[in-house]
Amino acid sequence: MSILDQVNLNDNAPVTARTARPVLNQRSMARFALYVLAVTLTLWIILPLYFITASAFSTRDALYDWPKSLFPNPISFDTMDFFLNSRGVYSSALNSLIVGLITLALSLLIGAPAGYALARFIFPGRDSYKLLILTTRAFPIVILSIPLSVTFLNFGLYDTLIGVALVHTALALPQTILVTSSIFVAVPNELEEAALTLGCHRMSAFTKIVLPMALPGLAAAAIFAFVLSWNEVFAATILTSQNRTLPAQVLGSLSNSSLPLRYAGGFVLIVPSLLFILIIRKYLLNMWGRVVK
Amino acid sequence: MAQIRLENIIKLFGKVAAVNNVSLTINDGEFMVLLGPSGCGKTTLLRCLAGLEIPDGGNIFISDQNVTEFSPRRRNIAMVFQNYAIFPHLTVYDNIGFGLKMKKFSKADIEKNVKRAATLLEVDKYLERHPAQLSGGQRQRVAVARAIAMNPAVLLMDEPLSNLDALLRMQMRAELKRLLQEIGATTVYVTHDQVEALSMGDRISVMKSGQIAQVDDPMKVYTDPANTFVGGFIGSPPMNFLVGEVVQSEGGLAVEIEGQRLPAPANLARMAGQKVTVGLRAENIEAGEVKDGPGLPTQVMVVEPLGSHLLLTTRIGGQSLKVVTPVDYPVSPDQPLWLRPDLNKLRWLDAQSGTLLNLN
Amino acid sequence: MSLKQEPEQALKTPGQAGEVALPDFKRRRRRFNYTPFLLLLPATLFLAIFFLYPMLQSFIIAFQDSQGGFTFDNIDTMVKDTNFGDALKYTLLFIVIIVPLQVVLALIMALVINTGLKWAGFFLYIWTIPLAISDLAAGIVWYSIFTNHGYINQILIQLGLTQTPIDFLSFENPTLVFVAVVIAELWRATAIVMVILVAGLQVIPRAYTEAAEVFGASPWQRLWHVTLPMLKPSLQVALILRTILAFQTFALVFALAGRIMPVLAGEAYKWYNDVRNVGVAATYALLILLLSLANTFIYLRFLNTKAEELA
Ligand SMILES: Nc1ncnc2c1ncn2[C@@H]1O[C@H](COP(=O)(O)OP(=O)(O)O)[C@@H](O)[C@H]1O
Ligand SMILES: [Mg+2]
Repeated sequence: MSILDQVNLNDNAPVTARTARPVLNQRSMARFALYVLAVTLTLWIILPLYFITASAFSTRDALYDWPKSLFPNPISFDTMDFFLNSRGVYSSALNSLIVGLITLALSLLIGAPAGYALARFIFPGRDSYKLLILTTRAFPIVILSIPLSVTFLNFGLYDTLIGVALVHTALALPQTILVTSSIFVAVPNELEEAALTLGCHRMSAFTKIVLPMALPGLAAAAIFAFVLSWNEVFAATILTSQNRTLPAQVLGSLSNSSLPLRYAGGFVLIVPSLLFILIIRKYLLNMWGRVVK
Repeated sequence: MAQIRLENIIKLFGKVAAVNNVSLTINDGEFMVLLGPSGCGKTTLLRCLAGLEIPDGGNIFISDQNVTEFSPRRRNIAMVFQNYAIFPHLTVYDNIGFGLKMKKFSKADIEKNVKRAATLLEVDKYLERHPAQLSGGQRQRVAVARAIAMNPAVLLMDEPLSNLDALLRMQMRAELKRLLQEIGATTVYVTHDQVEALSMGDRISVMKSGQIAQVDDPMKVYTDPANTFVGGFIGSPPMNFLVGEVVQSEGGLAVEIEGQRLPAPANLARMAGQKVTVGLRAENIEAGEVKDGPGLPTQVMVVEPLGSHLLLTTRIGGQSLKVVTPVDYPVSPDQPLWLRPDLNKLRWLDAQSGTLLNLN
Repeated sequence: MSLKQEPEQALKTPGQAGEVALPDFKRRRRRFNYTPFLLLLPATLFLAIFFLYPMLQSFIIAFQDSQGGFTFDNIDTMVKDTNFGDALKYTLLFIVIIVPLQVVLALIMALVINTGLKWAGFFLYIWTIPLAISDLAAGIVWYSIFTNHGYINQILIQLGLTQTPIDFLSFENPTLVFVAVVIAELWRATAIVMVILVAGLQVIPRAYTEAAEVFGASPWQRLWHVTLPMLKPSLQVALILRTILAFQTFALVFALAGRIMPVLAGEAYKWYNDVRNVGVAATYALLILLLSLANTFIYLRFLNTKAEELA
């Protein structure tokens, strides 16, 4: 830092406490400001989460109270209770779980082999293929569920969980391919070759060496696909009428839900996501870092 | 057991020939070193031997069986990789026993072999540890133990010591040499470190540009380099090369270097009137102040004390010459120095191609 | 890729491979390696079905009348709809305002993380939380804040800044509604930009900024002349990604503002779900698709990027 340089330049001259101290103060002021900024940003993220939690656990009356307190008083589970037991919530949550798990399995099953191919083999068209996968980002795949719904009707996929999962897989697949590819790249090829010289086939080298080492990363990619599916609402709404996922259910009943119900719904949607982020946080940066390179 | 025969091996990467027409026979139980500068194709040749690359041309025979297109696991080889390639998710025990398990050995046999290999390499105390809990030197030992536990007919090693620090490397060098003598597998050992090559190999293949420049036992490679490349690559300092002209003088045949004549052997007569390159090792030159006997008048350019001796860089005309002297030898830059080479140890090479002249 | 070992300059040292001409030899014929293509096949088929097919389908539905003939009726209906102008206007305006705001805020966050302050890991974890929160949930969260009975009004009243609750989310105050939507989206979707930028910052070798520091560059100068130029690829990815996602904004607006603020994706939803006119809905989908593609094209063109840089 230039500030430090000034201190050093003054070394020859007798440094008095008077010349040194303002410099120090300036530095610690800057540090202090940095922390204030960081804490402010943290509050900006945290406070809305607190508010929805507080709302979800307030009594019905307290929500309309005027003026109301910033803390739920008394803490009440009535709203949550009512929401969780209202019609369609339980089954749609189950649907969401199923769709998410199918998406997770499909995107890994289809995406990981492609990621492995991109990571390990040099073949004609490899770079173009990667580029192609990247350009799929320019596609509003979710919005395209509108034309897709017509086809789904013809194939009997409309209003089925597998239909929704297929679109969610398409949504997650490009990401899964790129992320798994970077995960496989991180397993040194030399290890696989060592296994080959030690008596493995290509397949057993993969299952015995590559797979165990890539497992945590693959799990993170899988969770990522699940979260994508869990959160997706547009396609889930377009492609179903009865078999709603939880977000689709909440969205569909939004306009005729009371305030407490909305808040409880929002809260329930958020909680699993928070858990997932907690689990994969170690991989978040890696995943995006590698995808961006 | 296992003799290895390479016949006209060619390996291309795009248009680059990483290995260019290499033929080489390695005897059963022999310790063969592949030595050469980085990028000359040593690793590629070794990987062809291992079956990790299939050569574009030529054939590979192990024990008279053509294995050129065999997958690695059908070759009865084991390999030690440059970065060890220890499996991080397996314990030391499982690492060493991995190959045996793949070959479906019984549990008891696996245990016996793992114990034996681990004891040989003194890693038997760490069998339950994971690689992350080992030092670099210990990992290196595990890598070797994993290879020899397989009882391979052929042991391939790619610069196994290059990642160790200097002290450990020296220690491991001696230990590996003893160990490999003991197990007696045919060994192909890749290195770019000439000291390793000279001290360990039964024979050395010096590689250059994807080709083999010379195959000989270590002393021969050192004293009689096949060409200026080998002489310049091996030895520290490298061999001196001076260009001179073969002339007839009253005392017999001589070579004239920068106007100064040295006696030359009679069988160089056919080169009379032509240029030759004279190769001479620094330690085969005696330095003196006074002009006595056949020698070369030089001027000292640089004096480098190297602990056990002094390394002098001297100049004669436009050519330079390195000499070693005892540490207490009184010398300083710019002073003249009379250098008397051991005439029996001069080597004669073609000035154009740089290859050793056949003087018989 | 993983096998390219030697740097280019090594080729110039003597003794390197490839310097000597090859002898005549019969090249070994090798089986073509199908493995990578087999591995790519399922993914390729899947993507073809779910990207190419609906794209074609959207064209067909948009331009087809009930008898299967060609028609502009859907486009006509879409354009003449009273909401169309507003939806287009709001969507574009929304993008123009939200994207720069997000990039700046994300950059600040990323730079704060990158100073390596104590608790950086903790801050980063908190700041990435919205990454996992759906747009619908985010809309509900901010509804609880902006509604008449919400927390903002609560705080404003307790601070004595207003006597009666302000109607943030009503027809009378379209600007306020818009601001509320922008704030909510800023809260929800800045995290993804930040993560991309943090990852981008991490791969910039410290040596560069340190070198600049040694030569006396101020923190500002270092940011402008060293860090930002090197962050360019990440910034571009973030820009493209965010803009495309912004075209699809729907549930957040819907939950927060209901029908007050029409956006393109919301209109598509409305025509499909409420009006039950797939033709017009598909036409909206087509419009969003074309806008997204055009946007990517324009970014690549104007930011002078080769597409590979985004890899
Ligand atoms: N997989 C590869 N693809 C392309 N070129 C390669 C590959 N492997 C090695 N090469 C090239 O072949 C030459 C020999 O490499 P290598 O056998 O690794 O040399 P060494 O082990 O002697 O350092 C080098 O020029 C290197 O760049
Ligand atoms: Mg090598």
